[in-house]
Amino acid sequence: MSELNKKTIAEAARGLEDGDFTSEELTRACLDAMEAARDINAFITETPDIALARAGESDARRAAGNATGPLDGIPIAVKDLFCTEGVLTTAGSHILDGFTPPYESTVTQNLRDAGAVMLGKTNLDEFAMGSANITSYYGPVKNPWTADSGDKQGKDLVPGGSSGGSAAAVAALIAPGALGTDTGGSIRQPASFTGIVGMKPTYGRCSRWGIVAFASSLDQAGPLTRTVEDAALLLGGMAGHDAKDSTSAPMDLPDFTAGLKDGIRGLKVGIPKEYTMDGMPAEIEALWAQGRDWLTGQGAQCVEVSLPHTQYALPTYYIVAPAEASSNLARYDGVRYGLRVPGDSLDDMYEATRGEGFGEEVRRRVLIGTYVLSAGYYDAYYIKAQKLRTLIARDFQNAFADVDVLLTPTAPSAAFVIGEKMDDPVAMYLNDIFTVPASLAGLPAISVPAGLDGDGLPLGLHLIAKPFDEATLFRAAFALEDAAGFDAKPGVGPGGGS
Amino acid sequence: MSYLIEGESGDWDVVIGLEVHAQITSQAKLFSGSATAFGAGPNTQVSLVDAAMPGMLPVINEYCVEQAVKTGLGLKAQINRHSVFERKNYFYADLPQGYQISQFAEPIVGEGIVVLDMPDGTTREIGIERLHMEQDAGKSMHDQDPKRSFIDLNRSGVALMEIVSKPDLRSPEEAGMYVRKLRSILRYLGTCDGNMEEGSMRADVNVSVRPAGSGELRTRTETKNVNSVRFIMQVIEHESARQVQAYESDEEIVQETRLFDAARGETRSMRSKEFAHDYRYFPDPDLLPVVLSEDEVEAIRASLPELPDDIKQRFIDTMGLTAYDAGVLVADKETANYFEQVAKGHDAKIAANWVTGNLFGALNKAGRSIADSPVTADALSELLDLMADDTISGRIAKDVFEEMFETGRGAKQIVEDKGLEQITDTGAIEAAVDAVVTDNPDQVADFRGGNEKAIGWFVGQVMKATEGKANPKLVNELLRKKLAK
Repeated sequence: MSELNKKTIAEAARGLEDGDFTSEELTRACLDAMEAARDINAFITETPDIALARAGESDARRAAGNATGPLDGIPIAVKDLFCTEGVLTTAGSHILDGFTPPYESTVTQNLRDAGAVMLGKTNLDEFAMGSANITSYYGPVKNPWTADSGDKQGKDLVPGGSSGGSAAAVAALIAPGALGTDTGGSIRQPASFTGIVGMKPTYGRCSRWGIVAFASSLDQAGPLTRTVEDAALLLGGMAGHDAKDSTSAPMDLPDFTAGLKDGIRGLKVGIPKEYTMDGMPAEIEALWAQGRDWLTGQGAQCVEVSLPHTQYALPTYYIVAPAEASSNLARYDGVRYGLRVPGDSLDDMYEATRGEGFGEEVRRRVLIGTYVLSAGYYDAYYIKAQKLRTLIARDFQNAFADVDVLLTPTAPSAAFVIGEKMDDPVAMYLNDIFTVPASLAGLPAISVPAGLDGDGLPLGLHLIAKPFDEATLFRAAFALEDAAGFDAKPGVGPGGGS
Repeated sequence: MSYLIEGESGDWDVVIGLEVHAQITSQAKLFSGSATAFGAGPNTQVSLVDAAMPGMLPVINEYCVEQAVKTGLGLKAQINRHSVFERKNYFYADLPQGYQISQFAEPIVGEGIVVLDMPDGTTREIGIERLHMEQDAGKSMHDQDPKRSFIDLNRSGVALMEIVSKPDLRSPEEAGMYVRKLRSILRYLGTCDGNMEEGSMRADVNVSVRPAGSGELRTRTETKNVNSVRFIMQVIEHESARQVQAYESDEEIVQETRLFDAARGETRSMRSKEFAHDYRYFPDPDLLPVVLSEDEVEAIRASLPELPDDIKQRFIDTMGLTAYDAGVLVADKETANYFEQVAKGHDAKIAANWVTGNLFGALNKAGRSIADSPVTADALSELLDLMADDTISGRIAKDVFEEMFETGRGAKQIVEDKGLEQITDTGAIEAAVDAVVTDNPDQVADFRGGNEKAIGWFVGQVMKATEGKANPKLVNELLRKKLAK
């Protein structure tokens, strides 16, 4: 087996440009790795034929001197929440059985136009609702990492979620990059759990058109990669204004890699004091302190800042997101596409279809969302949550008056064992405690792999920047990555190795 | 216009408010580029957005926003420069998204006025509560198959304005006048074609009753989707009588949604559970608020056409028409245009009489609208010219008009072909007068004996002898001269 699948996007782009190998060779290496790692269940649908066809087209373009740019011929994995023309799109749900869209999402179309090669559609929590990739109708994804000591040793671990399949595919060296979506941490938390880079851009940076909606005011597409530079490259191929999405920002697309390596001398980094929480594992605390030292060592200045409404972020999120989801998921009614379970009346058909088509977590959130929007509860829940959301966003605005970026842990723990926390939704929701505030404020944020815990499992550090200041975010993340020097790689599956 | 329901306990007033759903005239739907033409084959005008495919997003059609603002300005209403689309959530098979995008807490148009032209020439102002934009649902067809229902999504996403009146209407007639006037204004503005039979306009009718003269507002019922002026009036008649009867039998009126059964001419309760909705409105996160600058609103204001109330005033002020005639003539745009063309170069009052009298009579009888009148404005103008220059008399003109209406031929042509030109040659008329006077000595004696009225009989005889073509004025003069001798 060639080792081309281990290359980063930047390395692969150079190799393609220098003629060291072809996109077809690169793609075949990734497809081989995909086949070899099938037991981690990272993909719902593999698309080798499409991949090889697009790789061939890319090689032909390059041979003709018409290569489009750094992403031309680069294989990527696509979260199965993006609608892809002619390819089954499931959102990880039974209710979309057999749904093959006749259209391509704007983000995946942008990448096709940039010459990227789709390897397949990755597994995810059902409708992106989850933090462990255990709610998928297509079964859980296994984290390529395994614990080398402690209670978790010898057990299958979760990859985080909801973009668990994408994170696992990148961590398992199947794809150099993957597309995810992040509503409350669905890119950043799995990136932390799998030792890779996961980035959520500013709300409005990427078009939501053609992405199966979970919570419209929070959903954003973003890249999962093995390096910060790759994340900047991949985002460049995804983002851009789209007239078909009214919430897409009408802004020019910058070169996110420009200035990436310019260093952070003089950069002001805020350390939000409210992110120090009771019961936070000492390892996380220590890694966070280490992160401060790394950034200081690179010439940045770390100062304490206050985000006083932080404690309300999680409850606010778990009102806003389910409220929007309860409405967004109303269209899955068995009438026009996907699963239909017949009934004696229209209402019977709805109940049978949605009862069977949606899993437990989706049903839970639809019920919560319906409840908080109901007459008599709307003001107490939804309106109050909107007000808190405004206050949380204002906290960030105030903090960013003094600092350029914020540094926090990405998640309160390393990956846990598949099956844990399943009966305790609140414990599961706590996974997103550090990522949710930036989501509510629509801010760009990134998780960078920074170290291993005592069991040998990866942990990430999290940076948050001002709206549309992805350039500073990437620059700080690059410096952090450089200082951390994280180069551990997972074995695949319990006792496995690659 | 007082409308009282006589109950056993006394008289009752009826209080009416209407919610009119008017389809915005636009090539494309409110949030997608699909066509909106009436009568297309089922599901031929449906985009991915209209069918609520996964991941599809609405994008506001700015033209529809302009049309709504235009309508608001035409209703002399407050324009809200910040308005918000919300989702109204409910499940139905012809509602693909599982919610209707509508405006709720912050509509685009606030309070306004519709002026009714009453039969006695006075006017009455009916308040508008608000106007908001929303998308239509699709159509369910339950009569195509014994077991299954069919869905046509052509209407799904079509732009509607919901125009809500205040509870200012007091009789079925007033409600009818209000809908006609509103429709007229929308047609003048070009913001809704007002074709109720095609579903472009329909109304939800809110009705309550109260003891005559009391100021209270009692529980109202809402009868949904009534699609003609006549039906709206029937709903009010039936519903108000039903409520009075209920109160007088010590029954409660419950706030509820009712359906109109056109075949029976009555309303009935829609008690099925799917209508007991909690719509869970919340701002649609897929859409930004609609924000209008003052300049944008002013630009739309500057583009407004002359509206019926203004035209009516102009007809009264500059043409000397009565308020009633002017009101009738401006009731729809086609009539007003027709009249203005006919009135050009003619006596406005005569023109008004011809349009509201002969023309309307003939159109009514033939069941045609002014838009497809066989007698065009130019043709009627030509007829009026022939009268004005004394080529024909008024009496002959009526016959000529009838023939024009039947055959579509021109007035001049008919008059020439039939030799209907008025006889203004004094000699010819004098000969006829002489003959009548000579042949009827008894009547002459009668007249000369003081029976002035007998002159009418002589005129009739002369007209008969000249086949109605003699100029009646000349006949009269010559007869008086002859009989005076």
